[in-house]
Amino acid sequence: MSAPTVVRAVDTNLGELWPLVWQSTYETLYIVAIALVLGGIIGMALGMSLYVTRPAGLVPSRTVNVILNVLVNFFRPIPFVILIAALQPLARVVVGIGIGNRAIIFAITLAAAFGISRIVEQNLVTVEPGVIEAARAMGASRTRIIRTVLIPEALGPLILGYTFAFVAIIDMSAIAGVIGGGGLGNFALQYGYRQFDTVVTWTAVLIIVAIVQVVQFAGNRLARRVLRR
Amino acid sequence: MPLVELRDVTKVFPAASRHGSPVRAIDGVDLDVEAGDVYGIVGYSGAGKSTLIRLVNALETATSGSIRVDGTEITGLSERRLQHVRRGIGMIFQQFNLLRSRTVYGNVIYPLQVAGVGKDEAHARVAELLQFVGLAEKAHTYTDQLSGGQKQRVGIARALATSPKLLLADESTSALDPETTQEVLALLRRVNEELGITIMVITHEMEVVKSIADKVAVMEGGRIVERGAVFDVFSDPQAQVTRRFVSTIVDDLPDDEALARLRARHPGRFVRLAFRDPAVRQADVYAELVRRGVVFELVHGGIEDIGGRTFGNLTLALDGADADVDDALTAIRSRIDARELA
Ligand SMILES: Nc1ncnc2c1ncn2[C@@H]1O[C@H](COP(=O)(O)OP(=O)(O)OP(=O)(O)O)[C@@H](O)[C@H]1O
Ligand SMILES: [Mg+2]
Repeated sequence: MSAPTVVRAVDTNLGELWPLVWQSTYETLYIVAIALVLGGIIGMALGMSLYVTRPAGLVPSRTVNVILNVLVNFFRPIPFVILIAALQPLARVVVGIGIGNRAIIFAITLAAAFGISRIVEQNLVTVEPGVIEAARAMGASRTRIIRTVLIPEALGPLILGYTFAFVAIIDMSAIAGVIGGGGLGNFALQYGYRQFDTVVTWTAVLIIVAIVQVVQFAGNRLARRVLRR
Repeated sequence: MPLVELRDVTKVFPAASRHGSPVRAIDGVDLDVEAGDVYGIVGYSGAGKSTLIRLVNALETATSGSIRVDGTEITGLSERRLQHVRRGIGMIFQQFNLLRSRTVYGNVIYPLQVAGVGKDEAHARVAELLQFVGLAEKAHTYTDQLSGGQKQRVGIARALATSPKLLLADESTSALDPETTQEVLALLRRVNEELGITIMVITHEMEVVKSIADKVAVMEGGRIVERGAVFDVFSDPQAQVTRRFVSTIVDDLPDDEALARLRARHPGRFVRLAFRDPAVRQADVYAELVRRGVVFELVHGGIEDIGGRTFGNLTLALDGADADVDDALTAIRSRIDARELA
């Protein structure tokens, strides 16, 4: 007599966790969206300032340029896990709380702003100086040149840069759990990794991969359209 | 009153590094450009041509001296006022400097938007300009799909959008092939003749000066070393640098090496004849030789038409009795410059 074959279902709690999966997906998107918008705006302002204050820039200023460079270079190399902890006191002042989603959004926004500022600066450098000169020769003001020359001329690479930043922000959001933030990263750690539930972990992984794919695809398409190639 | 008037203008760029020294790019320049002129400015690389022209529309600020454009002293004006002045001065560039993010239409309308011209008026003006430069059918093309010549025509249309009195052209044909260069120069001539716009053209190509300029200034080391009506400067260049420039379009004397080669092949004495005066016919000059039985051969030189006047430097090998040759040369020298080559 052969022993009865026992088909053991993979041991997972995924079935009961679905509501939490969607809740976490929503939280990730929410954290990432706010951080991308705020960090994107601050990063654009910082990157633009880094660019225009260069020696041959539109508004050359050695002092401002040096200060901004030191600031950006100070924050950028700090590993994000450590930055979260280091920023806690500041988060309490600015957003009123040192833990949870608000605090994590604060930390990501700052880290993203510094990262994006370099992306913006690098993309602006690729704009032909001659084109800026032509706009100056036509009597355009500096703010108009920023609005109607610099940003439109660098738009293609800027879109790709922001798409890249989005993926980096998703990555940062995954460790929100360390200060009690939510999202898919926290979900995967708490219900997947700690419960030895590989199915749950991989569900979170696949959702993150799907989000990244969709955004990267959209970013590439948009950039291609702007660049007309 | 000149349209552009520079008085003792100096531009010093600060040292690029701590060990470098400041660069005196413009060194005490006086210049008058009259309304209606096509004024050529030539000089070798680094002579200060671009700096000079950029001072005129205040893309650079002068270190000292006075710059008046259309009666307005522009040194010391605020950035806001300068923006206003610049709207009345068109500029075209060697690399065209068109906006890649905009179509031809979008590029040409840009200065009108800057100047705050109303939509309908701007639209009509762009249509008119594209017609003028012959690119009406390319209005909705992006500029990276245009040839170099077409790009420069867009550049010209854009520079003319605000109906400036003055057009500055910095090496505007240097990136183009010879045929396209002629096209663009012809267009610039129309800009001057049909629209009455004063043009300052910077170039290192004498060909450009020859074909469109009335007056020329030759620059070297931040100074204007020679200036005047194009024909006068070309026909009797004084400065060494001017002579070098003139020789790029009309051969003057053969160099030593060429002379040695020519002597090996041709017997007799070598004489360089300089034809400048339109009243002197070449035939009359040669007749003096023929009459005295001097045999001659043209061995070197060139003839150009500059501003409707013939301009020639011809080196002849004269074969005949010494006395006859001397006699003929005396007769010729009463009409034109004739120099015997040692
Ligand atoms: N922004 C600047 N900073 C420092 N030096 C400069 C600057 N612009 C020009 N110069 C210097 O001034 C001098 C004249 O330069 P300019 O560009 O006017 O010459 P150019 O006659 O136009 O030469 P090219 O034919 O090569 O264009 C050069 O020695 C150049 O190095
Ligand atoms: Mg130059």
